[in-house]
Amino acid sequence: MNKLYTDAEAALEGILFDGMTIMAGGFGLCGIPENLIAALKKSGIKDITAISNNAGVDDFGLGLLLQTRQIKKMISSYVGENKEFERQYLAKELDLEFNPQGTLAERIRAGGAGIPGFYTKTGVGTLIAEGKEHKDFNGETYIMETGLKADVSLVKAWKGDTEGNLIYRKTARNFNPMMATAGTITVAEVEEIVEPGELDADNIHTPGIFVQRLIKSHGLEKRIEQLTTRPRQEG
Amino acid sequence: MAWTRQEMANRAAQELQDGYYVNLGIGIPTLVANYIPDGVDVTLQSENGMLGMGPFPYEDEADPDLINAGKQTITELNRTSYFSSADSFSMIRGGHIDLSILGAMQVSQEGDLANWMIPGKMVKGMGGAMDLVAGVKKVVVIMDHNARDGSAKFLKKCTLPLTGVKVVDMIISDVGVFVIEENGPILIELAPEITINDVKERTEADFLVDKGLL
Repeated sequence: MNKLYTDAEAALEGILFDGMTIMAGGFGLCGIPENLIAALKKSGIKDITAISNNAGVDDFGLGLLLQTRQIKKMISSYVGENKEFERQYLAKELDLEFNPQGTLAERIRAGGAGIPGFYTKTGVGTLIAEGKEHKDFNGETYIMETGLKADVSLVKAWKGDTEGNLIYRKTARNFNPMMATAGTITVAEVEEIVEPGELDADNIHTPGIFVQRLIKSHGLEKRIEQLTTRPRQEG
Repeated sequence: MAWTRQEMANRAAQELQDGYYVNLGIGIPTLVANYIPDGVDVTLQSENGMLGMGPFPYEDEADPDLINAGKQTITELNRTSYFSSADSFSMIRGGHIDLSILGAMQVSQEGDLANWMIPGKMVKGMGGAMDLVAGVKKVVVIMDHNARDGSAKFLKKCTLPLTGVKVVDMIISDVGVFVIEENGPILIELAPEITINDVKERTEADFLVDKGLL
């Protein structure tokens, strides 16, 4: 089966619909599927529930889909970098469900692994715990969280082969591996695509079974959110 | 004289022990990395998926694929490993991280922490803070002792929505250091020229005073 598509628009054809749930990998602007987000914007689909740790910035990342009001609801852990998000949320144009970052990661991992729910200490005694089942294990209280799945997951990898095996680079890995497992259809955007056998099979991060469609990234911006440097010592 | 941000960070660094795996929060806690005592080898974890965080890069070495949890560009060390967010929070929630140092809006005398939300204001989100305080072995808060309007931040009970219940082990503020034990907080250190009475006036929480200060 051919998983490789010519470009992002072709890779998303036939799998998008209004009201769908989409996961998008990335932490801040690091490791986000830039080409696929651009194609999603172009598709014009509406009422998206977007599951992503952050919401991009005003003019990049998922912020692009907020500008066009294509997102109805966000499930995230931190959205502090996006003014348009703030405006839409305060105007009640946008739904928001905050998840602790580890709970979000684990919910996605569980969803992809066929685990409908799990117990965690995170959030016990806070607003997050309201309305959730509480259960004691070994004298400590835990709350139940549910697994998360998506109609489509969009992930970004560094290297991949035509089988869909993926390798991520440095901290651009973040939420991408779990999201790849939790999409009914997972589309991967990859910087470099090689033939099967060219990647070290012992170092595959996401096995190809989790990836249905694949494109090569074009014109990546890889914007840096907080360029922080130190001066070189004189001499 | 109250401690500066740098002095608070320096004091917090004295809590680091050789071999510790440590997660530093955004803001003053990040400064703690500048004061790691000689002979103490610690490994910094960044919850976006990195163990063994190095210093900020030189300008021509900044890598968009290499950032910390504050989205700042950083560098790797020869001990560094990278992993997914799920593995990262297995370290945090599974009790494998020795120490977390973070900021606070309010702390209660029982060790409850509020640091993520002010009702009626735009909420940015809790990020990994709830996971860190629930899972890390020891939680140290660095904060200004009072809010900008002078109101107390170390309280009998937090009024803001909580990040965690009974999670704070130590508070380092600009006026001194408290440990929070089973039967309540104990003031164990004072900043220079700060008196026990100064601290009492600026604190709502009930606390004991360590014998060494009396």
